[in-house]
Amino acid sequence: MRTLSRRRLIAAGIASATTLSAAAIAAKLASRYGLVPPDGAGLYGPGETLTYAAQRLLTRHSLAREFAPAQISRPPFANEVAPLGAPFRKLQDSGFTSWRLAIDGDVARPATFTITDLRAFPRRTQITHLACEEGWSYIAEWTGVPLSHILDLVGASPQARYVVYRSIQPDWWESIDMDDALHPQTLIAHSMNGADLPVPFGGPLRLRVPRQLGYKSVKYITSLTVTESLKSFGKGLGSASPEGGYAWFAGI
Amino acid sequence: MPDSVEGRNPIRHALFVRVAHWLTALAFLALLVTGVEILLSHPRFYWGESGNALSTPLFKLPLPASRATVPTGYGYVLPDQNGWSRALHFQAAWLLVLTALPYLALGLFRGHFRRDLLPTRAGFSPRALAASLARHLRFPPPAPEEAWSYNLLQRITYLKVIFLLFPLAIWTGLAMSPAVASALPFVVTVWGGQQSARTLHFFVSISLSAFLVIHIVMVVRAGFRDRVRAMLTGRATATTPKEPV
Repeated sequence: MRTLSRRRLIAAGIASATTLSAAAIAAKLASRYGLVPPDGAGLYGPGETLTYAAQRLLTRHSLAREFAPAQISRPPFANEVAPLGAPFRKLQDSGFTSWRLAIDGDVARPATFTITDLRAFPRRTQITHLACEEGWSYIAEWTGVPLSHILDLVGASPQARYVVYRSIQPDWWESIDMDDALHPQTLIAHSMNGADLPVPFGGPLRLRVPRQLGYKSVKYITSLTVTESLKSFGKGLGSASPEGGYAWFAGI
Repeated sequence: MPDSVEGRNPIRHALFVRVAHWLTALAFLALLVTGVEILLSHPRFYWGESGNALSTPLFKLPLPASRATVPTGYGYVLPDQNGWSRALHFQAAWLLVLTALPYLALGLFRGHFRRDLLPTRAGFSPRALAASLARHLRFPPPAPEEAWSYNLLQRITYLKVIFLLFPLAIWTGLAMSPAVASALPFVVTVWGGQQSARTLHFFVSISLSAFLVIHIVMVVRAGFRDRVRAMLTGRATATTPKEPV
């Protein structure tokens, strides 16, 4: 084999230097424009960042596909959840009348709502897909309060970048960025297929994020926190999913 | 015979072809392994927009699953490996796309597709095709000029892999993304639904895997060391003639 010629060596050097500087500039710009996800470090950080950045450039305002009533899956499939604990069962026994959804964080007026309060708010009904990361899916009609309405009501700070939401189930929490939080199809769902949201599907309250995979639609939500940074939540990766090895952004 | 043999250039594979080849090989291996892992969480396939453990599948694979909710008939559940599998799958998909873009640009610009991959007009007749196929099925040792140029079947196969199978794999993969589908609905509706896209993604992956197996068998038959050396260093040596025939 011949040794590398000087010309080739210089060309290769210039090519690598260009690639590296382009990557460095891209990383800087991505971080400046909020295109780096909270789990954007580590072994799979480059892939997660490329996906999130590309999605935010392409799909910031796009609407999830909606379907015809005839396309609703019958029966739908409720994935398994960890056994519901005593606190849940106690609330269930009283017909969820004491269920509360609390909103705090970077808001002007922290508030707590009952299911009755939420049902009295403006509602949106949509027939959307729920696609699980495992590969299966179902289509259902969801009714709920747009999260954007709640955020308006409590006066979310203009500096806020994320909304954290938690289930009554231990260690089950997620977060979404403001693009998804203010998205018209992001609902605090209380009804499904024209009836109260059944418990196996997340009743009484489930946050539905139809542009992301099913695991972002957390069941049995009890609290929301509006925040500028996710660093102080859990391990700082954005939600419980990255702590368990799954991507924070699940719009893929 | 082929144009590339005539030249003064003894380089068998251009640098950008070699870099693209190995990066694609790396990305594809990662995609294949992680794809199988992801598949194991739901080894059932559907047609249309939706499908789940309660729907009638189009077909199911006789495999155990990594989820207890999937009725497989096996009495046990495999460990869940989806987290890292998905992360690596998408990172490898990015590597594939970021390798493909400059490769396609350079391939077009440098005449690689026209010269090395597009069958010559004479070579692309039904008779030539039949002759080439018949010759292949007898598994002869490669002709010396085949160290310097691709034969007809190779050209057709590589074109199919580069311009049909890989683009389809990427397309059907993107069609499964709820966010991509929100911005570009036709990406999924053209296949008849998200589950149809998933099923097609599986068949495209099977086709690419079949290509990989045949490709490796052919490389071994043609002389593994020489062919791999040519794809690493760009030069064909040893058993192949020093000077292009």
